[in-house]
Amino acid sequence: MAAWWFVGPALIVLGVFFFVPVIGALLMSLTDFDLYALSDWRNLRFIGLHNYATLLQDPLFWKSLWNTLYFVVLGVPLSIGASLGAALLVNSKLGRFRSFFRTVYFAPVVTTLVAVAVVWRYIFHTRYGFLNYGLSGLGIDPIDWMGDPHWAMPAIVILAVWKNFGYNMIILLAALQNIPEDLYEAARIDGASGWQVFRHITIPGIAPVLLLVSILTMTGYFQLFAEPYVMTEGGPLQSTLSVLYFMYEEGFKWWSLGRASAVAFLLFVLMFLVTAFQLRLGRQRGDR
Amino acid sequence: MKRRGPAVVVNLLLIIGAVLTAFPLLWMLSVSFMPTGAASSYPPPLLPAEPTLDNYRQLFANHNAGRYMLNSAIVASLATVIALVLNTMAGYAFAKLRFKGRERIFQTLLGALVIPAQVTMIPLFALVKEMGLISTYGGVIVPSLASVFGIFLIRQYALSLPDELLEAARIDGASEGKIFWSLVVPLLQPILVTLAILTFLATWNDFMWPLIVLTDQKLHTLPVALAGLSREHVQDNELMMAGAVITVLPVLALFLALQRYYIAGILAGSVKG
Repeated sequence: MAAWWFVGPALIVLGVFFFVPVIGALLMSLTDFDLYALSDWRNLRFIGLHNYATLLQDPLFWKSLWNTLYFVVLGVPLSIGASLGAALLVNSKLGRFRSFFRTVYFAPVVTTLVAVAVVWRYIFHTRYGFLNYGLSGLGIDPIDWMGDPHWAMPAIVILAVWKNFGYNMIILLAALQNIPEDLYEAARIDGASGWQVFRHITIPGIAPVLLLVSILTMTGYFQLFAEPYVMTEGGPLQSTLSVLYFMYEEGFKWWSLGRASAVAFLLFVLMFLVTAFQLRLGRQRGDR
Repeated sequence: MKRRGPAVVVNLLLIIGAVLTAFPLLWMLSVSFMPTGAASSYPPPLLPAEPTLDNYRQLFANHNAGRYMLNSAIVASLATVIALVLNTMAGYAFAKLRFKGRERIFQTLLGALVIPAQVTMIPLFALVKEMGLISTYGGVIVPSLASVFGIFLIRQYALSLPDELLEAARIDGASEGKIFWSLVVPLLQPILVTLAILTFLATWNDFMWPLIVLTDQKLHTLPVALAGLSREHVQDNELMMAGAVITVLPVLALFLALQRYYIAGILAGSVKG
C-alpha cells in the first residue's frame, strides 16, 4: 500500500502531462482546433482525416519533410563518424592528456543550442566569418552559407556535428574499453595490420553500441528546430524549414493547432518506422 | 625500440580536434570583449585590440539580461528539485517495493520512451492554457517534473541496494517514509547528483517549449530571450556573443565541476536500448 505513495505522484504527473497529451494529439489531429476552439471548446469540430489529407497535398509540408530527411541522412553518418574518430583517438594509448581531450570534445554537448547557434551564425558570416577566412587559405572562394539554399542545410549539419559528436563519443569510448585486451594481443601475435584489427576486432566489438547510437542520434536529428529558428528562420527559400519548424508555424503562428497535431503525429510515425527498420537491419546483420 | 611515428600522428590529431572543437567557444568569449563593430573586419580578429566590458554592461542595463538569467535559474532549479523528489520516490519503489502491476507499469513507461516530447506539445499547450498556466514558471516546468528516464536511472541504481538492510529497518519498526528519507536517500546520493545535473542542464538549455509557453517577455528564459534578441539585432555581433557567453557559461561551469556524475548519467542512459 505504501508503495503507491511513492510511485503515485510521478505517475500522476506523467499521466496528466505526457500520456493524456499523447492521446490528445491524436484526437486533436482529427479536429479543426484553432484559436476559436482555444477560447471556447464549443467551437471545436470533428473533421476526420481532413488535416492529414490536406497536409499530404501541401507542397510546403513535403518540402519540410525532405529537408528533415536530408539533414538526417547527411548529419547522422557524419556525426557517428566524428564520434567514432574522437573515441578512437581518446582511447588510443599513444595519446597524452587523454582525459583533458575527452573533456574538451564533450564540452559542446552541454552548451545551450540557441547560444552556440548564434555563435555559429557569425562563424558562417559570408564576409567576416572565420569559416570563409579559413577556406580562403585553402584557395576556396567565400560561400554565402546562410544565404544560399544549397549551403544553408550543410551549414546546420556542421553545427549539429560539432555540438553532438561528444555525446556518442562517450558511449563509444565505453564500448571500446569493453573489448577484451587479449583479442588485440592475439591479433598482434598473428601479425594483423592496424586496419585488419580495426575491421575484424574493433568494429564487431562495438557494433551493437554503434547501432544504438545511430538510432538515438537519428531520432534526435528528426527533431531539428532551434538551429533553423535561430540561424535561418527556415530560409533561404525554405531550404532549412524542418518538420518541427513547420509544425511550430502551423500551430503558433497560424494557430491551426489541429493541423499542427497531425504534423507531429506524422513525424512520430515516420521516426517510429525508420527506427524499426534500422533495428531489423541491425538484427539481420547480427544473425549472419 | 618503439616507432614514434604513430604516437606523433595520434597526438597531433588530438590537438587539431581540440582546437577545432574549442575554437567557437573561445572565439565567442573573445568577441564578447570587443567594442561594437570591431569583429566586423577582415581578416577576422582573434583577440580584442581594446578589451571592454561594454557589451555585458549593455546587456544588463538595456536588455534585461539579469531578469532573464534569474528566470532561467528559477525555472531550472524548480524543475530540478521537484523532478528529483518525484523520480527518486518512484524509481526506488519500482526497484524495491512490491505492488500490483509493478512490472507491467514499468514496461509501459519504458515503451513510452519512443514517443518524442514534441508530439505532446500542442495538446499540452491547450492543457496548460486551461489550467491558466500560460506565461508562468509553472507552465514552463510541467513537462520536466517527472521523467521516464529519471525513474529508470534511479531504479537501476536502487536495484543494487541490499534488501537485508531495508528488511532490518522494517523489523526495527521504521516506517516506509523514514526508511526512504534516512536510509535510502543517503545511499542513492551519487545517482541523485547525476539526475540533478542532467535535469538542471536540460531545463536551462530547453528552447522550444519555453518559446511556446512564455508569451510574456518578462518571463523569458535566457535561450528564448537570446533567440529574440538575435533576430532583432542581427548586426550587433559583439553584443550577441556576450549574450551567448552568459547563457552558456553557467551550465559549462556546472558541467566542469560535476563532470564525473554527468558522464555516469549518459552511460547509464545508453544501456536502456
